[in-house]
Amino acid sequence: MQLWLIPIFPLIGFLINGLFGRRLSKPVINAVALGSVALSFLWVLKCISGGGSLEEPHIERYFTWIASGDFSVGVDLMLDRLNSVMLCVVTGVGLLIHIYAVGYMAHEGGYYRFFAYLNLFMFFMLTLVLGANFLLLFIGWEGVGTCSYLLIGFYFLEKFAGDAGKKAFIVNRIGDFGFSLAMFLIVNKFGTLDFGTVMEKAHGLPVEHTAGILTAICLLLIVGATGKSAQIPLYTWLPDAMAGPTPVSALIHAATMVTAGVYMVVRSQLMFNQAPIALEVLAIIGLATAFFAATIGLCQTDIKKVFAYSTVSQLGYMFVGLGVGAYSAGVWHLMTHAFFKALLFLGAGSVIHACSGEQEMSQMGGLRKKIPYTFWTLMCAGLAIAGFPLTSGYFSKEAILGAAYEHAPWMFWVGVFTAGMTAFYVFRALFMTFFGDYRGHHHPHESPLVMTGPLMVLAVLSLGGGLFFNIPHWLEPNAEPEHENRMLTVIAVGSGLAGIALAYYMYVINTGLPNKIANTFSGLYRTIYNKYFVDEAYDSVIVNPLEEGSRVLLWKGIDTGVIDHFVNDVGRSARGFGQILRWAQAGNIRGYAAWVAFGSVLVLIAIGLVGGAK
Amino acid sequence: MSLLDLVIFLPLIGFLVILLLPASDEIAKKLAIGWALVVFVLSLGLIGPVQANPKEFQFVTNVPWIDALKINYHIGIDGLSLWLVILTTFLTPIAMLISWKYINQRVTQFFAFLLLLEFGMTGVFVSLDLFVFYTFWEVALVPMYFLIGIWGHDRRIYAAVKFFLYTLAGSVLMLAAMIFIYNRAKTFDYVEIVKNIQNGMLTFTRTEELLLFLAFFIAFAIKVPLFPLHTWLPDAHVEAPTAGSVMLAAVMLKMGTYGLVRFCLPLFPGSAHDCAPWIMMLAVIGIVYGALVAMVQPNMKKLVAYSSVSHLGFVVLGVFSFTQAGLDGAVFQMLAHGISTGALFMLVGMLYERNHSLEIKSYGGVATPAPNLTTIFVITTLASIGMPLLSNFVGEFLVLQGTSQVSMIATVFASTGVIFSAVYMLWMVQRVFYGKADGNLHMYDLTTREYVALGPMIIMMVWMGVYSQSFLPAASSQNVEILKMSQDRRTVVIEKATGQGAEVLHAR
Repeated sequence: MQLWLIPIFPLIGFLINGLFGRRLSKPVINAVALGSVALSFLWVLKCISGGGSLEEPHIERYFTWIASGDFSVGVDLMLDRLNSVMLCVVTGVGLLIHIYAVGYMAHEGGYYRFFAYLNLFMFFMLTLVLGANFLLLFIGWEGVGTCSYLLIGFYFLEKFAGDAGKKAFIVNRIGDFGFSLAMFLIVNKFGTLDFGTVMEKAHGLPVEHTAGILTAICLLLIVGATGKSAQIPLYTWLPDAMAGPTPVSALIHAATMVTAGVYMVVRSQLMFNQAPIALEVLAIIGLATAFFAATIGLCQTDIKKVFAYSTVSQLGYMFVGLGVGAYSAGVWHLMTHAFFKALLFLGAGSVIHACSGEQEMSQMGGLRKKIPYTFWTLMCAGLAIAGFPLTSGYFSKEAILGAAYEHAPWMFWVGVFTAGMTAFYVFRALFMTFFGDYRGHHHPHESPLVMTGPLMVLAVLSLGGGLFFNIPHWLEPNAEPEHENRMLTVIAVGSGLAGIALAYYMYVINTGLPNKIANTFSGLYRTIYNKYFVDEAYDSVIVNPLEEGSRVLLWKGIDTGVIDHFVNDVGRSARGFGQILRWAQAGNIRGYAAWVAFGSVLVLIAIGLVGGAK
Repeated sequence: MSLLDLVIFLPLIGFLVILLLPASDEIAKKLAIGWALVVFVLSLGLIGPVQANPKEFQFVTNVPWIDALKINYHIGIDGLSLWLVILTTFLTPIAMLISWKYINQRVTQFFAFLLLLEFGMTGVFVSLDLFVFYTFWEVALVPMYFLIGIWGHDRRIYAAVKFFLYTLAGSVLMLAAMIFIYNRAKTFDYVEIVKNIQNGMLTFTRTEELLLFLAFFIAFAIKVPLFPLHTWLPDAHVEAPTAGSVMLAAVMLKMGTYGLVRFCLPLFPGSAHDCAPWIMMLAVIGIVYGALVAMVQPNMKKLVAYSSVSHLGFVVLGVFSFTQAGLDGAVFQMLAHGISTGALFMLVGMLYERNHSLEIKSYGGVATPAPNLTTIFVITTLASIGMPLLSNFVGEFLVLQGTSQVSMIATVFASTGVIFSAVYMLWMVQRVFYGKADGNLHMYDLTTREYVALGPMIIMMVWMGVYSQSFLPAASSQNVEILKMSQDRRTVVIEKATGQGAEVLHAR
């Protein structure tokens, strides 16, 4: 099938724009960047349509990448039902976002650089999804992280952008640390990193009801997933990542890269199934993240920050799905989330574009009439994320919540409450932006078609994506259809509608109420507004002690104070010899020759003495 | 006269010719770089035959040198030394190229010393006689001492003397150990000594072996440098001229790690195994410690120097894991570190040529006036912190993989070094390149000469990262032999005696 073509197209795009982009005109840059992604997308469709049922993975092996003794890792790509979903999302949504970016970035400096990075990101993301072993996935995993770093720091003149990029990279590195350790254990246990072999062997092992090697591997993989997919305790980088251009937030920090952790867990599901403790941990992490991120989302005033916390929260949902064993529901939510969250971000970008760069919602309001296309498409996304019946989010969220109820009813109830908060904060943002009177000082204008076009396509997908694409059926064609519990559906939908209604009441009808509430519960409000001071806690407990300790204790203390002090003392007491060297450094050839002669004589004498003594 | 002899001795001849020829600086420079390029091209001829049969020493020359002591000029090249020789011949012309404008005093001598340095270092990697090895070892020391002492920065004398004394202290111990071995084996010949140790003809008591091992080990550990013997390195790097730093970090440190693999393991397998846990501990401390101290350095060269302490900790860790993956990774990491850190020093040198400061705080916003310099710096940074598809990843991954077979705790701590490497490097990148440029910053983008120097480095980073199979197999198959030779004899003896080797091994 020539799967390698899928990632190679964007790589070529990256090379062309990266090496020669400065000398190319914008239309050429666009053609290269968009064309390469479009070709990937088409090739994905061709491979999937021509690939038969895909129930057995199709694997293509190219060459050996690393080999040492019995251990070897090949550059092997695979295609199966799971990653065909991912490929469609990545290339499809990716293409839409590329198109949108043409309009959004039109007046920005570093245009070619932006698209080069974006194409490089596509290359790594597709490698991640196509890789047939853990190490190849890891290449993509690290690569997308690097592109994320570069794109978050795209506006590198601003300090906060550089800080945010660096933070994203380093926090992800902590996750990768867990991922690497997991890989080492996998190699030691199974002798290979090939998904097929590892999963088959893991599946043959007994289920670990008490922690064992599989549990350890899975927990370490979870550490990796919490980094990449922004879960507790490593979620703090994602909100900061909004420093990047908005198309980047949509593509990388909402639709694709951050779902890599979900994909990786689903890819390893046969191993996770044997480690129920790890699954339970995963579900609880997911649920806690979904809940806490949603509470933070309630109080944010920056439109992108709201959606950033919403992303963290929705990723938590996906992990709940995986943790309770509903992998296909998790993947379904991954896909629908890619549609509506990409739309929310792109719509937010369109709003920001309209308001000349303003991101504070307090400076917006009343934009409904001024930017109608953006408004209507964003409403579609809002309905989808709130789980309004028959929208895409409705199907995937129901699937997860239903499975959570089967697993443990309390998880369902927390999930439902979170769903209510989600609907509330998303519509709060939409109402603050589009309703009431305009509070800013700019002259809002609707975005060009190149931006609104993708919005409309995504709006259709957000509304109909759940109906069109039945992911659980695609992934598990032989599974029994889930027994539908009407009561649960009603509760979940009701919670979403209640959220919307409450937002309407507080932000359209009785607009003084939010301030009153904030003043009444000012302590709680401030805590949540400041994101529970988690960043500050990390700084004062980990970052600062590490830095100060390294400076004062290790460098000035041990290195200079102890070791070097000792060395210099020894040196000083051997000053006589030092004088000779001082003279020797005069640097002429005679000095050098004399030194060699002197040394040789010394050696020969020594040998003679030892030999003679014998 | 084999090709290898030619590769080794041409630089020495070049050194003499350039030094003695009454030519102008310009001509001397051109002659030197031409000479180094010829050596490099010739050295490429070594690759094919060695890769065809990497386990045997090839291009062997074995002729009497000092008859009275039965010292032979005995050299040869195998899969282990091949790439280190190539690395040296590859970097020498590049080091000359980056010194083109930077060096403007005693130019002829500077370029001549680089050739002498090449002679000493390549010689170290191919010596098959302990005495010849020692000679080359010391010969390599001299030009580096002068490079730092004459063309260095303000505190160059202090740094050069410190460098010299540190290394000398180690090599004197090594020399004593060599003489001891000579008295037992009646020869300095490496191949013969190894053979006799392997077949039991040459034995040491436990104490003797331990002392001999330590003598060699300390000499090499200083050179690596292994914590806590590393404090000469930051001073030497900060004071050295760019080319000196490049050759020091990229090649000279590898003399230490090479020595560990070539001598410490096969000659003293028992003691090497006995000491391995302690050495691994020092290596892990070095990895974490080097990274943490690098993080708080205000000086770019010091930062990169401490990062070397951290990166070379991985090499030592891999070697003393006594696993195939660990050893393969260690050898690969030697090369990868040579390329990535060599490039980092080149880039820092280029910044220095523009703004005359090594302090991070006197930079900021370099990306605006010098975007291409920034791009290459970022790529090199990514290679250095172990991005997959760039050089260092393969080495670090294999080292950690090998270590994890032996000690998971060591692996966990060593892996934190990978996190910290991202911290210190990205922090430096941010402070030097991002933000708005200060009005006092003197900066311009890369010149053609600099592209020519950096281009091959970038190509090698990508090549090694994407297709490690060009480099690994030669080293890997020789490592199989090294591992065989470095099996703990005592275990094998017990194994033979009791016939219950598996259990004995298990008990170990």
